Amino acid sequence: MSISSGTEGGVPTTAPTGAELGAPAQTPPSPDKGMFGVKGTGDVSGFGRLVRPRPAVFDSPRPYGGYFDDVYDALEEAYPAFSEAIEKVVVDRAELTLHIRPEKITEVCQVMRDDESLRFELCSSVDAVDYLGSDERRFHVTYQLTSMTYRRRVRLEVAVPDGVSVPSVTGVYPTADWQEREVYDMFGVVFAGHPNLTRILMPDDWEGHPQRKDYPLGGVPVEYKGAEIPPPDQRRVYQ
Amino acid sequence: MTTSEYATERETTEGRVFTVTGGDWDTIAAGVDPLSNEKIVVNMGPQHPSTHGVLRLVLELEGETVVECRPVIGYLHTGIEKNLEYRNWTQGVTFVTRMDYLSNMSNEAGYCLAVEKLLGITDQITERATTIRVMFMELQRIASHLVWLATTGMELGAISMMLYGFREREYILDIFEETSGLRMNNAYIRPGGLAQDLPESAVRKIRDFLVYLPKRLKEYEAMLSDQVIWQRRTQGVAVLDVTGCLALGITGPVLRAAGLPWDLRKTMPYCGYDTYEFDVPTATTADVWGRYLVRIAEIRESLKIVEQALDRLRPGPVWIADKKIAWPSQLALGVDGLGNSLEHVAKIMGQSMESLIHHFKLVTEGFRVPPGQVYVAIEHPRGELGVHAVSDGGTHPYRVHYREPSFVNLQAIPAMAEGALLADVIAGGASLDPVMGGCDR
Repeated sequence: MSISSGTEGGVPTTAPTGAELGAPAQTPPSPDKGMFGVKGTGDVSGFGRLVRPRPAVFDSPRPYGGYFDDVYDALEEAYPAFSEAIEKVVVDRAELTLHIRPEKITEVCQVMRDDESLRFELCSSVDAVDYLGSDERRFHVTYQLTSMTYRRRVRLEVAVPDGVSVPSVTGVYPTADWQEREVYDMFGVVFAGHPNLTRILMPDDWEGHPQRKDYPLGGVPVEYKGAEIPPPDQRRVYQ
Repeated sequence: MTTSEYATERETTEGRVFTVTGGDWDTIAAGVDPLSNEKIVVNMGPQHPSTHGVLRLVLELEGETVVECRPVIGYLHTGIEKNLEYRNWTQGVTFVTRMDYLSNMSNEAGYCLAVEKLLGITDQITERATTIRVMFMELQRIASHLVWLATTGMELGAISMMLYGFREREYILDIFEETSGLRMNNAYIRPGGLAQDLPESAVRKIRDFLVYLPKRLKEYEAMLSDQVIWQRRTQGVAVLDVTGCLALGITGPVLRAAGLPWDLRKTMPYCGYDTYEFDVPTATTADVWGRYLVRIAEIRESLKIVEQALDRLRPGPVWIADKKIAWPSQLALGVDGLGNSLEHVAKIMGQSMESLIHHFKLVTEGFRVPPGQVYVAIEHPRGELGVHAVSDGGTHPYRVHYREPSFVNLQAIPAMAEGALLADVIAGGASLDPVMGGCDR
């Protein structure tokens, strides 16, 4: 910021930088991530400098306990391509997660829904998590299935890198329609075979996918009656 | 043709466009030649009194029959899930409570149960805290159903029901205010316990309410159930059977009105719901009428649960014993709302340096949550509320996703509306009880 440029006799001849933006002052380059220049864990107390890498998720050993073994065995029996479809099985906090190869997810869902000993009639939820930096296949789409007959829950998880599509399960579970649209809207994961994959929460002409980890909080200027306030990550930084 | 400067009409390449402000349907009917062109596309909402918040429906009509219905949502999207990732776990409560603004307590409870499951402290939550949680979740259900009754009454022409419903709900909000200092957006249920103990004055108010509401409920039933207009507007309207509900993921009163007694409080109990005595009301008509009956019956069941919870309320702590998680400040309710207790401030500022450090660390930085993911589902007034919480081991959530029943249930609008009359779109949409704050998050 140079106030001296364009100064004659101490009187600035040009408007100070930032004046045309409506911003309080021209801002320094925005921090890498987070608001208020937060780096690392976002620990504002300053005590825990430790940045913990996310530990790799390992296969759980058998027996898994509870009804998990029954579900696993029933799926193995009902689904011929079982061994190539399942990547790993994780039991954590009394919840079963089956990691499925992306191209097999529709078939697995079909079997999970229709087989008599599985009967996961309800797809409770479809959403995604962005593991940027800790997994090459950064987007993990999770499907929470509920069996009303047996009162069981199972989570299916598929992992894809950016730009690779996941088959849509709307043919098996029509309820996934809007939820897959939300995942597409928020993460940019494309669901192949979805009947109408458009944005759902953000405006149609929005650029970027807000829930990605490399998408900043804020990021867009706030417009109010002609004045424009810069986005939170580009405002004055106190540090 | 039109004289109002707001209700204009103009020609576009797609056809003639009318701006309708209400009561001027004749203008449009006169402006379109019914013999050559019967098809009208109506853009209902996003600001329409009968669309339950900022929901927009694009309806293609032939005469008065809906041929195609396309819901457009997102007008209330505030990025709550993204914001959560920038706050610590406890602060998250103040965000999620604002999602579905008619069932704050349920949103908070779902979130807190998920965080507690991630921490592995579900069993350590005190008896009193769990009992108060159950009581408040049920009061919230009653409040939410009352608002449903109020708004649906208004949308179907029973304006007095709107006034009564909101009046009764205010009693419940008074109870919340007495306890948490706030009518709505309470941030009362926190990971590890409750922000504040239930005061004796609130217990008295709840007792009074338990006597007051059943009498009123009878009046409303007499007013609506026996009324021919109400019956005609609801019976056989917007039918969705169990198969349709399951395919579209519809849960809650809509599913139960189709005949399936699926209620997570019974089928997958949490917070000790299996120790309470209550029934799961169902109907078999699968229409708006059935949903009305189910909701009225659910208010009665919730009153039963609240009464049982009150009876088993024993003095005791409302925070978990683990000091690394329990909120240190011991909030106290003053005349100006909820704040720090003066005793506690005197202690940390004047007597104990260690207490101050502990307080400061826990409040500013928060506690760490071991890495992993959980999915916790509770029975929300509108259906299954699922919270998918992921931790990377830090003090902030890595990702929190809400499976919002309003969002999922709204998918049923085209199934209910297409082929029906325009007026039934209002009844069908209202019977789903969507809250757009929850839907769009």
